[in-house]
This record gives sequence, C-alpha cells and structure tokens, in this order.
Amino acid sequence: MNHLILGAGPAGVVAAETLRKLEPSASITMLGDEPEPPYSRMAIPYLLRNQIDERGTYLRKQQDYFAARRIETLVERAQAVDVAAKQVRLASGAARSYDKLLVATGSTPITPPIPGLDQPGVTCCWTLEDARKITAAIQPGAKVVLIGAGFIGCIILEALVSAGAKLSVLEMGDRMVPRMLDPTCGRLLQKWCAQKGVTVMTNAVVAAIEARGKRYQVQLKKGAAVAADLVISATGVRANADFLQDSGVTLEHGAVRVDEYMASSAPDLYAAGDVACGKDFSSGEYSVQAIQPTAVEHARIAAHNMHRHRSVKHQGAVLMNVLDTIGLISASYGLWQGVAGGDSSELLDESRFRYICLRFDGERLVGANTLGMTQHIGILRGLIQGRFKLGKWKARLMENPLQLMEAYLAATQG
Amino acid sequence: MQRSLYIDADKCTGCLQCEMACSYENEGVFNPAKSRIKVFTFHHEGRFVPYTCTQCDEAWCMAACPVDAITMNRQTGAMEVSEAVCVGCKVCTIACPFGTVNYNQDSGKVIKCDLCGGDPECAKACPTEAITYVDADATGFDKMRAWAAKTDNATAAN
Repeated sequence: MNHLILGAGPAGVVAAETLRKLEPSASITMLGDEPEPPYSRMAIPYLLRNQIDERGTYLRKQQDYFAARRIETLVERAQAVDVAAKQVRLASGAARSYDKLLVATGSTPITPPIPGLDQPGVTCCWTLEDARKITAAIQPGAKVVLIGAGFIGCIILEALVSAGAKLSVLEMGDRMVPRMLDPTCGRLLQKWCAQKGVTVMTNAVVAAIEARGKRYQVQLKKGAAVAADLVISATGVRANADFLQDSGVTLEHGAVRVDEYMASSAPDLYAAGDVACGKDFSSGEYSVQAIQPTAVEHARIAAHNMHRHRSVKHQGAVLMNVLDTIGLISASYGLWQGVAGGDSSELLDESRFRYICLRFDGERLVGANTLGMTQHIGILRGLIQGRFKLGKWKARLMENPLQLMEAYLAATQG
Repeated sequence: MQRSLYIDADKCTGCLQCEMACSYENEGVFNPAKSRIKVFTFHHEGRFVPYTCTQCDEAWCMAACPVDAITMNRQTGAMEVSEAVCVGCKVCTIACPFGTVNYNQDSGKVIKCDLCGGDPECAKACPTEAITYVDADATGFDKMRAWAAKTDNATAAN
C-alpha cells in the first residue's frame, strides 16, 4: 500500500504515525512545503518569548524520528490532484502516485484587501520564517501595529510587550476575539489589555499601509494614522485547498468536505485538520474548526479509514479553544454562543477578571466561555461530550456555575 | 503488574492530607491549590470525593500536545509532563475530558498526576485507605474506563 500525505503539520504527522502502526510494511510519504522539520505553529508564541528555541517547536524531538519509522519526508508543494489517475502533481514538476491520499495541507493567513500589505515591513505570524522576521524587528521601542485581535493576535501580545515594542492593536470587529469569546468576555479582555498598557482599538478598519522611508503609516478608515516599524497582519486563516480547485473534489467553506470517515467525495482521498470541513459534535453540521485537538483527532480517524475503509467513524469534534492574552486565560467550548430556548448560567467578577458562562440545551451542557479559569477546565469537554443529563445538578449549576466538577462527579459516579 | 490509584470515596473524611502530601511532594509547598489530587465536597450529601487522573488509555492530553511534552512512563503507566519540553500552551488542559490536567500560572507549565514515579504520596498520606495504590486489575478501573469511553469521539463502525 502506498500512502501519500500532503502536509507535515500535526494532522500529517499523526496520520503518518498511525498508519505506520497499522501497516508495518506500507510505503508512507509525507510532503511539507517548509524547509524545517515538522513543527507546531502553536509553539510560535513561546518561541517569540524566547522561552524555547526553534527545536522546541518541533512536533517530534528525536532527530531521525521519521526515518526511523520509515516515513519518507519531502519538502514539496502539491499543485494539483488527478483523482482518476490517483496522482499528485508537484510544484517541482514531478508527479507522485498514491493508493490512498491524505490532504492535510492546513491553512494559511487571510490576506485582507488592504493596499500596501505586500511590503517588506509587513508580515503575518504563521510560520517559523515569520517568527524570525518578527523577532528581528521587535527591538525595544520599535513601533508595532498589530492588525487583528483574534486568537493569533492575542496569543503573541505578551511576546511583543515583553520585547519592549510600542504596540497598537487594531481590530475591525466590535470586540476582541469575536469568533471565540462572547461580548462580556471580549470586553473584559480589552479592559485587561488596557491595564497591561496595551490599547486595543475595536471597530478600527485599516484603509491602507503606506511606506514612509523605512517606516510605515497605517491609515484607518476613521481616525488618525498610526506609525509603525513593523506591521503584523493576523486577521484569520483559510484552508489550503486551492490546489484542489479543478480536481472535482467537493469543497465546502473553502475546505475539503469529508464524511464521518474523513473521506472526501473522491475515491481514496481523505482530509484532516484545518483543511477539512468535518463534522461538528455539537451541531452535527459540517464546518472548519482549525484547531489542534481536532486536527489530531481527524488524522487518527482518517488513518484508520485509509488502512481499512469505514473501520472507524467520527462522532464529530467538539470545538474548543484556550487562549493566553498577557497572562489572562480564556477558553471556549462547543456552542458557546448558546442555543435558542436554552438556559445560560453566568458569573462575573469584573475586578478580578473572572467570568464563566455555561450554555444549556434542556438538561445538558452544550457550550461554555470562561475567563481567568485554569483549574479542571477540561471537565467542560467531559460534560459536553458525555451528553450527561444533569438532573438536579442543572439547577445547582444555574445557581453556581463553578460547581462543574461536582456536577460531573455526580453525573458519572452518582 | 502495573498499579493504579484506587479511590473509595465512601471512606474519605475530607481531611485533605492527600492534597497536602501531593503539593509538598511535587511543588515543595503545603498548598492544596497546587495539588494534583483534589477532594470535592458535596455539602448537600455530606460526601467527599477525591479525584485525580486515571492515566486513561486514550491519553487525550498526550494526543493533543503539540510539542510531544507528554509521554507514557512504561514502568508505571503514568502520562508524564516533561517540564523542559512543555511550552505552556494549555491545549492538554482543555482536551482532557476529566479535567485532570491543570495550568500552573507560576511555572507557566501544566501539571498532572504522575503517580509520583510509582510511589504515590497521596495514598501513603491517606489515613482511612480511601486512596490506595493497588494492582490495576483490582481497582474497579473498568468503571473509570467506561466513563472514558463515553467521551470517546471515535467509535468502531463495524
């Protein structure tokens, strides 16, 4: 069996490992388009903070890890897939055949329609190469404009602040991290940043980035321009599925639509991770989650089905996120925005930056947002994914949403 | 024979000796807030339930870690966090459906039960044998595993 994996992020690596365990003698090839060994983008904020070196970002630390498992790794980029001939055309001009193909090409930063985004002093924060560029530029006193106060923007704030950069954060939405945090949470986070000396401007739409010698002027649609030595664009990501545009593979939300077996519409072609539009546990609908735990889960299930089709079925991934914004930790789970007719239980301690909001559908917990909580947080997943009927604990949680562990123990041990 | 923690909540008096022993062994302080085992109090029922990681087979924490910082100790069966490798991203803390991996803001790393390398202090400190360290087969561990299975998101289809 000849397994070809496009992408060397967490999904690609976990799929390759799982396939090797299932098929000791199969040929497994993993393609990545960056020159470094497979690494984790999740670790980049900690690299920027000098907490780790580049090696610390590697997904697997052992030097000959992939070779030792007979997983062939190539620095290559897929350009097109011929699903009838079961062949992938590569950017180098070469072609690779496959018996089973996994598309795990991840996602790439969105390029917002802002004139001047393609200048040398403007960068994303996505790859190790981006991280090197940012590290070199954030000298004490350097003026940095961060476009976007979403997940990535927030998680690199601490690194930028501690490097001594003079920071301006511009968010076009009405609050920080609007795709993960409810309005109360987002507003509190903004207040926290202000206390830490970081001004986050919301409803700030960038009109253009203009060069002024070695510096830049970031023009806003409304209000005064902001000067910058470095502009970091962090306005979200989209699936890397452009190379499948003419393949006939069904795409949805710009990603590869997969079924419960992680199989695409084309025979023997599977997808996993950020590039897959897969089943959401909470809604039962298909969406792109673009989060680490889902990538790993997709990959494991895809590998099992590449080995033996329809052997393992995906129950759907629970959406979950955790974010550290200059030391304030927020988390979101499942249907954190709530469901129609469902109850909510909220507790807010504004002065201590503590917040929790639980979302119920009848007697079951279906989603949550938290701020400032670090203990036993995973139990939210347990409660949501276990679909436990909370019985009398529903009323107790409505009274005090912090009694999550007790509710879980009662549901499982009672 | 691998051993595991067996918790008999009916025997727990809520004295918190386990939390003290755990935090002292692992963090060098007597501070229940830093303990990896936690006793939950049920005021309505007058009941105490000690709770910690079951070192589950699924090892959600290990699977979710993006930098390979969590590995299984083959001798004890425990999932252990390498403090040197952990970057403190907290993905394991949200991925563990049992809520037994916690972020320690002081160290910037995550902490979880590692069975104290095979000699768990909580079990030694427990005066009522609510926490014992016994052969894995005899622990009613199957029951715990059954809960684990409830939160599994992949099922065998055939």
